[in-house]
Amino acid sequence: MNSFNPRYHRQVILPEIGSAGQEKLDAAKVLVIGAGGLGCPVLQYLTAAGVGTIGIVDFDTVDISNLHRQILYGTDSLGTNKAVAAKQRLTDLNPTLTINTYTEKLTPKNAISLFSEYDIIVDGTDNFSTRYLVNDACIITGKPLVYGAIFKFEGQVSVFNYQNGPSYRCLFPEPPKAGSVPSCAEIGVLGVLPGIIGSMQANEVLKIILNLGDVLNGKLLMYNCLTTQFSFFTINRVTSEVSKVLDSANRFETTDYDLFCGVKQISEITAKEAFLVKNAQFIDIRETHEQPKIESLHPICIPLGILKQELDTIPKEKETIVFCQSGIRSKKALEILLQNGFENISHIKGGAIALHEIIPDLIDLKK
Amino acid sequence: MQLTIKYFGMLAEATTINEEHLQTEVCSVSQLIKKLKNQYPKLDNADFKVAIDQQLVDQSHIINSEVEVALLPPFAGG
Repeated sequence: MNSFNPRYHRQVILPEIGSAGQEKLDAAKVLVIGAGGLGCPVLQYLTAAGVGTIGIVDFDTVDISNLHRQILYGTDSLGTNKAVAAKQRLTDLNPTLTINTYTEKLTPKNAISLFSEYDIIVDGTDNFSTRYLVNDACIITGKPLVYGAIFKFEGQVSVFNYQNGPSYRCLFPEPPKAGSVPSCAEIGVLGVLPGIIGSMQANEVLKIILNLGDVLNGKLLMYNCLTTQFSFFTINRVTSEVSKVLDSANRFETTDYDLFCGVKQISEITAKEAFLVKNAQFIDIRETHEQPKIESLHPICIPLGILKQELDTIPKEKETIVFCQSGIRSKKALEILLQNGFENISHIKGGAIALHEIIPDLIDLKK
Repeated sequence: MQLTIKYFGMLAEATTINEEHLQTEVCSVSQLIKKLKNQYPKLDNADFKVAIDQQLVDQSHIINSEVEVALLPPFAGG
């Protein structure tokens, strides 16, 4: 890398950066999750500053309603994948960098290997499921997380998991109730707000790479663009929250963050509803000795204890209804199925006991 | 004693104010939250963390002096 590149002249002449700083930027690898309102300014400034390797994760396409705030895109980008469209613009801005695009959805299955290839992760996502997923993957891979989030006229910025500092879970251990915190799509956002918050995130990334100033770890910044007020709050590392993630790291890949955040819910139906569903497959997850048997439903019998090993034997395309003796173990079974890609599934309230009670009365109805 | 209460994000919408002063006796954070939820029923369904004088605290924290209490909700948007 040529440190005398005139492109970087104005920052290299800063004694705090110099050619050594420019070399650090060139060697840095930053992964930006989400190329939306926050991701666009982050990507723009990191690219302009010469961060050598930049990864962009976004499965979404550019919509005309994005253009008032997602400043990397123009009318020509409409309908194009955001990671791809962002790369086109960024390559024009600075063709000397390596820009990797990831157009698939970030999942627990691909997050760890992806994060391992980068030094710093930037959260520009728009939902809690992905925010907790990103946080946990950063804890497991030991990567600093530059966090930003917005709500109407207000924004939050922090740096998590940096130099033994707190994580997002140390601030918010549990996700809010599903649907209680609206998104930008639901309530709107002032276009310049993600520009401000995303620029602050880019600034934190550059400070971490350049080892400059005070990084915003252990602090939550709240910004209100209507009152122009900045407030800072101290967050402490909660060791138990971090260890909880590390202790369950071997289960990370099968964690369903939509379930954790209540976006996806355990669906419960009554015995009567279950009995009247047409063309469903029933799974009896009781031990083989448990009575009464519900033979009229022709269930597949897989005891809960071996369900995980037997998943391949259950067709995924059919509506699946799970039951146990009373409806408690079947809930557990449903969680396992949800985590393994089963979608159209429910369990029976009251289980086999409830079924056994109603089936004699309903058998004619089904015919 | 008098507390200053600051509301952020959707909590400011639920209460229709950004900030207010409140007279109260010595109480725990959870007792204060209960009082605020009584006063503003729309807060009832909200999830938030509490900071006292810009430091995040647990619900069991005792408020025994004239402090600034901030109610901090999580934001989803990006």
